[in-house]
Amino acid sequence: MENAFGQPQNVIVLGGSSDIARAITKKLCTARTHTVVLAGRNQQLLDESAKEAQEYGATKTDTLLFQAEEVAKAGEVVTAAFDKVGENVDLVIIAVGMLCNQREIENDPLGSARMANVNYTWPVAALGEIRRRLVAQGSGRILVISSVASVRVYRDAYLYSGAKAGLDRLCQGVAESLKGTGVTLQLLRPGFVRSKMTTGQKEAPFTTGVNEVAENTMRGLASGDLVIWSPPILKYVAVAMRLMPNQVWHKLMKR
Amino acid sequence: MSKETLYGWGRTSPSVSDVVSPATELEVIKDMSTAKRYIARGLGRSYGDAAQLGGGTVIDNRDLDGVGVISNDGVVTVGAGTSIDELLSFSIPQGWFVPVTPGTRQVTLGGAVAADVHGKNHHVDGSFGNHVLEMRLVTPKGAVTISPNNDAELFWATIGGMGLTGVITTVTVKMLKIESSQVLVDTERFANLDAVMAAMQSGDDAYKYSVAWVDCMSKGSSMGRAILTRGDHAAKDDSTKRLEGPKPAKLFVPFNAPSGLLNTFTIKAFNELWFRAAPKKKVGQPQSLSAFFHPLDGVRDWNRLYGKRGFVQYQFAVPESAGETVTKAIERLSSSGVPSFLAVLKRFGASNEGMLSFPMPGWTLALDLPVGPSALPQVLDDLDEMVLGAGGRIYFAKDARLSHEKVRAMYPRLDEFLNVKNRVDPEGRLISDLSRRLHIGR
Ligand SMILES: Cc1cc2nc3c(=O)[nH]c(=O)nc-3n(C[C@H](O)[C@H](O)[C@H](O)COP(=O)(O)OP(=O)(O)OC[C@H]3O[C@@H](n4cnc5c(N)ncnc54)[C@H](O)[C@@H]3O)c2cc1C
Ligand SMILES: NC(=O)c1ccc[n+]([C@@H]2O[C@H](COP(=O)([O-])OP(=O)(O)OC[C@H]3O[C@@H](n4cnc5c(N)ncnc54)[C@H](OP(=O)(O)O)[C@@H]3O)[C@@H](O)[C@H]2O)c1
Repeated sequence: MENAFGQPQNVIVLGGSSDIARAITKKLCTARTHTVVLAGRNQQLLDESAKEAQEYGATKTDTLLFQAEEVAKAGEVVTAAFDKVGENVDLVIIAVGMLCNQREIENDPLGSARMANVNYTWPVAALGEIRRRLVAQGSGRILVISSVASVRVYRDAYLYSGAKAGLDRLCQGVAESLKGTGVTLQLLRPGFVRSKMTTGQKEAPFTTGVNEVAENTMRGLASGDLVIWSPPILKYVAVAMRLMPNQVWHKLMKR
Repeated sequence: MSKETLYGWGRTSPSVSDVVSPATELEVIKDMSTAKRYIARGLGRSYGDAAQLGGGTVIDNRDLDGVGVISNDGVVTVGAGTSIDELLSFSIPQGWFVPVTPGTRQVTLGGAVAADVHGKNHHVDGSFGNHVLEMRLVTPKGAVTISPNNDAELFWATIGGMGLTGVITTVTVKMLKIESSQVLVDTERFANLDAVMAAMQSGDDAYKYSVAWVDCMSKGSSMGRAILTRGDHAAKDDSTKRLEGPKPAKLFVPFNAPSGLLNTFTIKAFNELWFRAAPKKKVGQPQSLSAFFHPLDGVRDWNRLYGKRGFVQYQFAVPESAGETVTKAIERLSSSGVPSFLAVLKRFGASNEGMLSFPMPGWTLALDLPVGPSALPQVLDDLDEMVLGAGGRIYFAKDARLSHEKVRAMYPRLDEFLNVKNRVDPEGRLISDLSRRLHIGR
């Protein structure tokens, strides 16, 4: 069960080797988390993450392989992960996501579909099964890693920011649908984070490391707020992002 | 049966359960035979997740009510869903008071037994379980009558057992004879913690009731300034009041306040006002039973003042020799800047046979803390270490955040308890969110 500060005991991470998710998992294990099931596509990276979780206090860890391009199997993956926990699941983190070089694939139907599947369709499919199971439990939380990029779609990353925008808005509907079920959904919207996803990229304003994201997440879980911003100031930056005239926005986002 | 979102008095960690409201023992048995997992619930005055079970069935005991005839020597059998408030409105006019009352009348007898609640008289009279002569308990294996002489093991597992041995349907309790509905109270103000603790150690035994309110936000030489109130029931001749039962609350909080209304600033201001309002020293002041025992009951739903995020109550007990743990705990809190209303400090007397009963001879400190400050979880984890190091423990009825790893050391009779529980509940049907969180269900 989770405690009064939103600190869970049993956790599933879909995208368990994500750098951001690993930082969050460490913090969770330092607090109350003792069971962690990590699902991802790379066994070696998952094993490393599991070992790390144990070093930070997890007493039971397990891993599970999946491929987010196979959207039809998302439900099975979630089922297997819940089975591996074997008790009530307090928190499911959806951290799967991918960036791309937009200009290289924007004329490529398969590449575009992959971006949509990994960033949007697979998470949406997984949510269906997660929702069902948590509602049956009468308690639990879902943390979906969205992005500040979801706030407004832009030229150079519309495949990524568009998919995140879709996921983010859809999740707001899921969150609303969960009222009265004992289950909650929260969105984490980080800015630019130094992680393996962004290695080699030019840093944006308000860039942070993964630990800062994890700290803001812990605070966000305690507060129960629908949207967790990291860094928190992005909440206000996002207002400006939304209000900017189109021309100014696209000019600003040109790199 | 209905689906309900349930939480404790602290309004944290809600979960949704099926709720049933049996009115007879037979209905309890039926409900237990159709549900897979279940836990009893009273008035939900425990602060955390003790009386809820996400995805399971919650057996609301409120319809298991009723009060029997009070015998000449004060013995009465009461339905477990009867509240202390209801019992008192019936018993006080006849000259009987409950042997032990918590700081609110809005608890059921079932809840009082399951948490083995204590009151201001613990140092002389022990906790609620000390005054229970007999109970009816429905376990997954069937209904039984238990007492200190009849399956004493199950009886003492049930006293303080947080509902995990079964659903109590009736409680037979020995009441306390009173001649008036007033208490004669001595109040004294102390500049710091050491002074009030010394006064309690030397003087408490002369009073039936004693409790101190401590300001955990004052720093320096006034750290832990306190107001000590002690008293005894007024005899007929000392009192102008006839035997009058409690009155319902006149004030209430109609909606949730914004989280953050109660912050360092407002709470400091409140503590300051409260402290200054108390007399430096006053002797023999008559107070009504309600004003003395249940001052918070004057405002209904006051927990809403803490807003959407809710609050936690931290209550620990440490042995008599570990009085400095109280000082260290208050120092840690006041230096961390975590806001807290006045804390309640009390000396405990002897413990009873309850396997998971909380009180132990020594000191207990309880404080309310709003959820919000990011330092709070760690501060409380640090306090747990201190308490455990001193041989103390945390009160389940108030808890919403303790780590399961510390429970066994705090409650050394846990395995004995689990053995008894296994005997009456071999399939592990009696569980709660609390028992899952603290791993005390199986
Ligand atoms: C303002 C306030 C002041 C308080 N002051 C004190 C105090 O001074 N001293 C103290 O000791 N406590 C105090 N408490 C805590 C309170 O007394 C206990 O939590 C008590 O158990 C609440 O009773 P309830 O009927 O609300 O039970 P609930 O909170 O509904 O349930 C508490 C536990 O009792 C079990 N239970 C309830 N009914 C039954 C039943 N019929 N059979 C089996 N198990 C059952 C539940 O499963 C649960 O584990 C205070 C609480 C508040 C809100
Ligand atoms: N870094 C940022 O600046 C930033 C900012 C805002 C939001 N985010 C979001 O934060 C989340 C985590 O990102 P991160 O920064 O921690 O980067 P990351 O380490 O690359 O995390 C992405 C995760 O998704 C997994 N993944 C990608 N494609 C997959 C596929 N086809 N099948 C299965 N798993 C796949 C990756 O697996 P592998 O570990 O095996 O690669 C990895 O675990 C993502 O949703 C990302 O969009 C990141």
